[in-house]
Amino acid sequence: MREITLSQAVNEAIAEEMRRDPTVFLLGEDVAEAGTPFKVLSGLVEEFGTERIIDTPISEPGFVGLAVGAAMTGARPIVDLMFGDFLYLVMDQLCNQAAKQHYMSGGKLSVPMVLRTNLGATRRSAAQHSQSLQALVAHIPGLKVALPSSAYEAKGLMKTAIRDNNPVVIFEDKLMYQDKAPVPEEEYLIPFGEANIKREGTDITLIATSSMVQVAEKAAETLAAEGISAEVIDPRTIVPLDEATLIESVKKTSRAIVIDEGHQSYGVTSEIASRLNEKAFYHLDAPVLRMGAMDVPVPFSPALEDLTVPTPEGVAAAARKLCSGELIHAA
Amino acid sequence: MSIDMTEDSNVPYAIRTYPPEKLKDALRKMYLIRKFEEGAEDSYTRGLIHGTMHLCIGQEASSVGTCLSLTDSDKITSTHRGHGHCIAKGADVAKMFAEFFGKETGYCRGRGGSMHIADPSKGNLGANGIVGGGLPIAVGAALSAKRLGRDDVTICFFGDGANNEGAFHESVNMAAVWKLPVVFVCENNKYGMSTSIDRSTSVKSIADRAKGYDIPGVSVDGNDISAVAEAIETAVARARAGEGPSLVENVTYRWRGHSKSDRNRYRTKEEISDWMERDPIPRFAADLVSHGILSDAEVAELDADTDREIAEAIDFARSGPDPDISALTRDVYTETAA
Repeated sequence: MREITLSQAVNEAIAEEMRRDPTVFLLGEDVAEAGTPFKVLSGLVEEFGTERIIDTPISEPGFVGLAVGAAMTGARPIVDLMFGDFLYLVMDQLCNQAAKQHYMSGGKLSVPMVLRTNLGATRRSAAQHSQSLQALVAHIPGLKVALPSSAYEAKGLMKTAIRDNNPVVIFEDKLMYQDKAPVPEEEYLIPFGEANIKREGTDITLIATSSMVQVAEKAAETLAAEGISAEVIDPRTIVPLDEATLIESVKKTSRAIVIDEGHQSYGVTSEIASRLNEKAFYHLDAPVLRMGAMDVPVPFSPALEDLTVPTPEGVAAAARKLCSGELIHAA
Repeated sequence: MSIDMTEDSNVPYAIRTYPPEKLKDALRKMYLIRKFEEGAEDSYTRGLIHGTMHLCIGQEASSVGTCLSLTDSDKITSTHRGHGHCIAKGADVAKMFAEFFGKETGYCRGRGGSMHIADPSKGNLGANGIVGGGLPIAVGAALSAKRLGRDDVTICFFGDGANNEGAFHESVNMAAVWKLPVVFVCENNKYGMSTSIDRSTSVKSIADRAKGYDIPGVSVDGNDISAVAEAIETAVARARAGEGPSLVENVTYRWRGHSKSDRNRYRTKEEISDWMERDPIPRFAADLVSHGILSDAEVAELDADTDREIAEAIDFARSGPDPDISALTRDVYTETAA
């Protein structure tokens, strides 16, 4: 199968859906000629024109709100939010408006929009361009949240998101844009709420999202060499969450670590760990561990930044301790 | 009696522009808004309605005058003080009351309440509990109209309080840059809760904000339905012709406090009574009578009919079923897909 980058995968997904559905258009900062700072959208304006690939002023709350209004009136907008960190700017329109219109109107209004943005530290971008804020939006009923972990997921989840009639937030790992993966030539969609078992194992379950899937896979490689069989599961969407697949795995392995690049406290890892404790407690041989980003603003210096996010070595070390019966309690 | 229809005559714009039936319906809607608000207030006082509400008594000409020439496919976005906008855009007062009473028979099946009534079938994209929240949404509706080739115009109601929100400035700028078919209608009732515009706003007239975005801005007597209708028609025509947005400021006054918690300590009794003397409803009724559109008896009949309609609406609301609790989580997400 051909291999393409995550960036190309996103670009293809958007182009295919725009060809299929004339009500789809895209707006955001520097999306047209510039194709975004990450060049993810390069070439789209040549095919679709500035009427459908719309450069906006630097007015994040405004243009996210425009997408909400357009979505409520027959269009299917994709909003490009240049950095995930800018989510703080758009919270009213995303969380008070987009997320609640369908419910507040008793089902009369709906908001079929996609907000695509990114996550991920270690790009030396400091505290305001490095955050992984998926937990913030996953907390809000009415929003769906997708976290692709490779080019394959990025394409299939984006196409599903564009066709969904709910507001969907997709976070892409900005460090993975140039990473290649096998992506079929023919059309496919990845349904929301279906986890992907990336690697089967019997001793411990590593549940990892987005950027952390490759971290978990590397840890699993290391552990395999030591005779520890780790299962790696990528939930792919955290809202909706494929709880059943996660619970089944933990019932089999009886140990689990949840890994996500958002801050650990009150985060995605906490939520998934809680659900496993509630629903698989009697199958567990050890506490479910959480591994997220440190609870610190992301520092600039590489010497510091690299310490703030989970690594394959860290995950493997934690897994060893769980499997050896050495219980770990959070510091 | 013959009416001099020329522009120079003293005949108000609305009367020389609209057919008698439309004018009669406009007066009916003004009565209906006033009585709806009074009925809501009375029901609240009697403990039948919970929460809070923001009444627009005194502002009826602004709502009705703004919506007078709109079609059902034209959109509006509304505000927390939005009951008048709903009625002006054609909402059924029985379903509105049912929503206030938290009933399944309400516009939003009891999920929205006073601040969130939406009626897309009449182009009403909903009221909003966040000051300024509807502004970008209105511009988005105008963007989709332009993108998808519809000729509808969006009216964006907002209050004087919202003119200092970033959402206002971002929205007007984008609408102006892209010449979108939207009309920004500021209902300036002089106070954002207790803070007067003199203390909050750097310009004398909110219409002056238009200069910053190079769009037309006009300030009118918001208690004069004719003045409102004329300004809006000009703005709507401009929007529909693809020439872009306008800002219309309807200067008006809310007789009641901001919400049920307001004790009116920031304004004088004299100020309130001065404005009550400028009541837009008898003013319009008198115009209709003096120009031979309605007789005194017909006005009295409208008055009585709307009393009856409101009483029946409250009965409908009270007797409706509560929402089914097993459906509490329905509509958090829609299950349909494109």
